[in-house]
Amino acid sequence: MAKRKRRPQPTVLPEHGPVDEAGREVLLSLRNVDITFGKGDRAVRAVKNVSFDIYRGETFSLVGESGSGKTTIGRAVIGVTPCAAGQILYKGVPISGKTGKALDREIIRRIQMVFQDPAASLNERATVDYIVSEGLYNFHLYDNEADRHRKVERIMEEVGLLPEHLTRYPHEFSGGQRQRIGLARAMVMEPELVIADEPISALDVSIRAQVLNLLKKFQQERGVTYLFIAHDLSIVRFISDRIGVIYKGDLVEIAEAEELFDYPLHPYTRSLISAIPIPDPVLEKNKVLVTYDPSVHEYRQDKPELVDIGHNHYVFGSPAEIEAYRAVREQGVPLHCVTVRQRDAAGEEAAEQIAPAQVQTEPPVQDVGSRWYAVGSFLLPPVGLLAAGLFKRFRYRRSYQACKKGALAGLAAIGTVVGLFCLLLVLAVL
Amino acid sequence: MEQKKVILSVRDLHVKFCVRGRILSAIRGISLDLYRGESIAIVGESGSGKSVFTKTFAGMLETNGYIDQGQLLFYGVEGTPLDLTALRRARDWNQIRGGKIATVFQDPMTSLDPIIPIGRQITSVILKHQACTKAEARARALELMAKVGIPEPQARFDDYPFQYSGGMRQRIVIAIALSCQPQILICDEPTTALDVTIQAQILKLIKDLQKEFGYTIVFITHDLGVVANIADRVAVLYAGQIVELGTVEEIFYDPRHPYTWALLSSLPQLAQRNTKLYAITGTPPSLYNRIVGDAFAPRNPQCMQIDTLKEPPMFRVTDTHYAKTWLLDPRAPKTEKPELIRNIHEKLLKAFHI
Repeated sequence: MAKRKRRPQPTVLPEHGPVDEAGREVLLSLRNVDITFGKGDRAVRAVKNVSFDIYRGETFSLVGESGSGKTTIGRAVIGVTPCAAGQILYKGVPISGKTGKALDREIIRRIQMVFQDPAASLNERATVDYIVSEGLYNFHLYDNEADRHRKVERIMEEVGLLPEHLTRYPHEFSGGQRQRIGLARAMVMEPELVIADEPISALDVSIRAQVLNLLKKFQQERGVTYLFIAHDLSIVRFISDRIGVIYKGDLVEIAEAEELFDYPLHPYTRSLISAIPIPDPVLEKNKVLVTYDPSVHEYRQDKPELVDIGHNHYVFGSPAEIEAYRAVREQGVPLHCVTVRQRDAAGEEAAEQIAPAQVQTEPPVQDVGSRWYAVGSFLLPPVGLLAAGLFKRFRYRRSYQACKKGALAGLAAIGTVVGLFCLLLVLAVL
Repeated sequence: MEQKKVILSVRDLHVKFCVRGRILSAIRGISLDLYRGESIAIVGESGSGKSVFTKTFAGMLETNGYIDQGQLLFYGVEGTPLDLTALRRARDWNQIRGGKIATVFQDPMTSLDPIIPIGRQITSVILKHQACTKAEARARALELMAKVGIPEPQARFDDYPFQYSGGMRQRIVIAIALSCQPQILICDEPTTALDVTIQAQILKLIKDLQKEFGYTIVFITHDLGVVANIADRVAVLYAGQIVELGTVEEIFYDPRHPYTWALLSSLPQLAQRNTKLYAITGTPPSLYNRIVGDAFAPRNPQCMQIDTLKEPPMFRVTDTHYAKTWLLDPRAPKTEKPELIRNIHEKLLKAFHI
């Protein structure tokens, strides 16, 4: 704070973000963001050329399986993970890459995060009072001690906890209560954007509902914007305004929630929807599981892109695919992606499923990889090498490895002995 | 109804824990029959005793817990039924645990040893329970790995758990559980830590292998969507008691207990957008104290006076369907289930465009 007083700066962030042609205020916008981990040949592109906007007051959800990069995007927005390329704009101001200290502080205040595991994300050794007011301390968001106390008590009440809970420690609370503390900690800062990274995956069904309702309540009362990260489309459908589906770092589809469920154009979205457990035994037991096979796409010649096909609906695909998607969408008939098979067909498919498993079950039984192979090869390295070659030829993988290991060790040992002998010989001659 | 063979019969089971000098009653009188080859789901919130219940017959009860009263008859071995409550020595349990009754746990990362290769973790179980040579154990392990859907089992035999993805690890845990052809497979929330897509695959795997191995599934979960997928029968547990027991169709289309209503109502799949999701108010009762009346009464919007005074008995709805609520008493006022969960089937057909 002292530094800022010496060098007074104008407020770094504008009050409002840019407004797009539809009249919505863009709060956060990602422009061709690439995030890589590792360097050189071992670099992994966790997020590939992702662009999307989040409008003020909405809930935008990112859905995908684990490892798809949805959490990485969330972390990039709060600046924990650096972007390799592209830009993240908050209210039109770039917040990725090199930013000033003042802007950094501002961002930390305006964007808050709610984590998945409430047991791991709260400081075990601090009282709830301190956990909730830590942000207030850091930013001096209170006039005096009484004011801070008033703020903390109010937020505790809003998340459904009691003032007497303030002197307790996180381990004294149940999972649902801990997640409420995590929510209180984020909300007391009066953020504009909250990144909720799977906030309810670790919770029970009944507590889930309570936390989801709380999130909705805060949105209605304070106009908070959410970036909601999840893998379960049924919850996402309930809470979000718009949904982005992400697969292995590619954003494959963005649409409004009902639009996405009515017209899931990308095959991966369809497989996600078909995986939602339906709480109806007749439907769920006979549901056909759609698995996504990325090899259906022909991307060698035409590079795929995320294209707007109208109705605020973006799909990732090559030009030919986009044409097909657009045609399907224009027909205006909701797509069926959950198919329920008839009774007699069920048996056939089950038989089909078991067949390929049996083909695989002919492993070389004698491939024991015994350590005696290694010992033998160590004693007689040339024979060991020969044996290793034979084992490799007949794909006795473990025996091959044992022989190879033993033979190499044997050769090394012989080499060392010969080397030492030569050295001594040279020394003796000299 | 055809006559089904009982494999495990639980009679009036009470389990208590001694926690820092206080007695906690985790299971307060459960009676249940498991049939051969069926799959039964046990549903309830955390702390309702669903894990403790299965641990009693898997012989994995924590050391501060004990079976206060009741009977656990296991018909899996030849001859006379075996009373599992009489097993005291670890050696007796070794015959049952793993060999006859196996368990798949929630978190595949913690149930596998991180410093032992996958293959050896499977063969060690086979070698312990079955008389066979190392080479045979290896062959069996490879066959199991192929069955649970591990591509190229030979190549992945010597890999370590960290080299597997979450779904693959759970497949390995299932392979280990199945390695001794158990008669009962307890699945303790095996898919909670997994993605929805992987969850669907694992559930399919467990069902497909049931056709081949013929085991009885005891599936513990709090997700009713999963229950609809896997279960033939459902037992709803609340505060250490079965409050409703029935076939899966009865539980979903004709639930009778207010707690089951509440569980179904809180499903996001059934909720309309921009409405409040139904949430059960309050918290489950503390099991340290003696519970008077119906345990669910304080959270029950349809609570009657008698609920706070006297514990309801199990009312029979049909031969397979029982519920523990005073609402089924002939003297009780007629109460309909909430609007939200009527016509579940039609609502879901519409919601998913089927």
